[in-house]
Amino acid sequence: MASSVTTAGTGPVFHLEEEHAHAEGSSTMLGFWLYLMSDCLIFAMLFAAYGVLGGNYAAGPAPKDLFDLDLVAVNTTMLLFSSITYGFAMLTMDKGRVAATQAWLAVTGLFGLAFLSIELYEFAHMIHEGATPQRSAFLSSFFTLVGTHGLHVTFGTVWLVTLMTQVARFGLTEANRRRLMCLSMFWHFLDVVWIGVFTFVYLMGMLR
Amino acid sequence: MSAHDHAEGHGHAHGGAAHGSFKGYLIGFVLSVILTAIPFWLVMSGAIDNKQATAIVIMAFAVVQIVVHMVFFLHMNTASEGGWSMLALIFTLILVVIVLTGSLWVMYHLNANMMPGLHDMREMP
Repeated sequence: MASSVTTAGTGPVFHLEEEHAHAEGSSTMLGFWLYLMSDCLIFAMLFAAYGVLGGNYAAGPAPKDLFDLDLVAVNTTMLLFSSITYGFAMLTMDKGRVAATQAWLAVTGLFGLAFLSIELYEFAHMIHEGATPQRSAFLSSFFTLVGTHGLHVTFGTVWLVTLMTQVARFGLTEANRRRLMCLSMFWHFLDVVWIGVFTFVYLMGMLR
Repeated sequence: MSAHDHAEGHGHAHGGAAHGSFKGYLIGFVLSVILTAIPFWLVMSGAIDNKQATAIVIMAFAVVQIVVHMVFFLHMNTASEGGWSMLALIFTLILVVIVLTGSLWVMYHLNANMMPGLHDMREMP
């Protein structure tokens, strides 16, 4: 029956002899999305740790004594602006306009740097007041969560500068477009995480 | 011809359609500014007297804003990557919900039961 299909002398074949062609990098976006999902799990753990430990002040400073919502609002604005300017970079990239893409990427990078500077200022201010990560479980989990997000933004900015150099040297090649799209997802993903941070850590911290 | 179609189907990740449009980014930006401004205003002005109610409202705003970012900035839809990215997202969300609610629930009860001087302690020998 089934054996009649196979040619004499060869066993039945249960897999494709030859893998069908994949364009180079065609699976990169899905793979990068899976990386982002695993990163999302890291942040979920850190949020859970903060949720559990966030009320343990050890007779130290509480969120109300430390957080400055005006500063956080400015910080959030920086990140939101950087998201839309990265979107504009993607749109100009689609049109193949190298100079405009580079300009929007530069603006995005500046907003990212502004975000990082404000965050570092906030951290330095807190540590100066004695609210160091060692002070209480609340502060340990706070610095771990917000610091991890800040580290992501730092690496995103480094990546952005790297890609700007790439685009400057080689133009908007297929590989560079793909890399820019990966960074775009990374950047917007960090903005999504920041929504969780300002809601759960800062706003709800002030409500405690 | 058919081979070309095949390659197109696989190469849609770097096709133009996945990036959204100027209008889409603008709508997403305006929505997220509104959805950010309202919770900040609620907390800073104390417009709602009840703190718990405020917390629930700002959490709802956060959820809506996350969806807005997913749709307008990350261009999530059920069709991208043949549905695999949506599947991965749903799987991740399930894990995130289990991790968050599980940790908070268990640790809250552990904390509550470890507190000295609670009513069930009186019944202890």
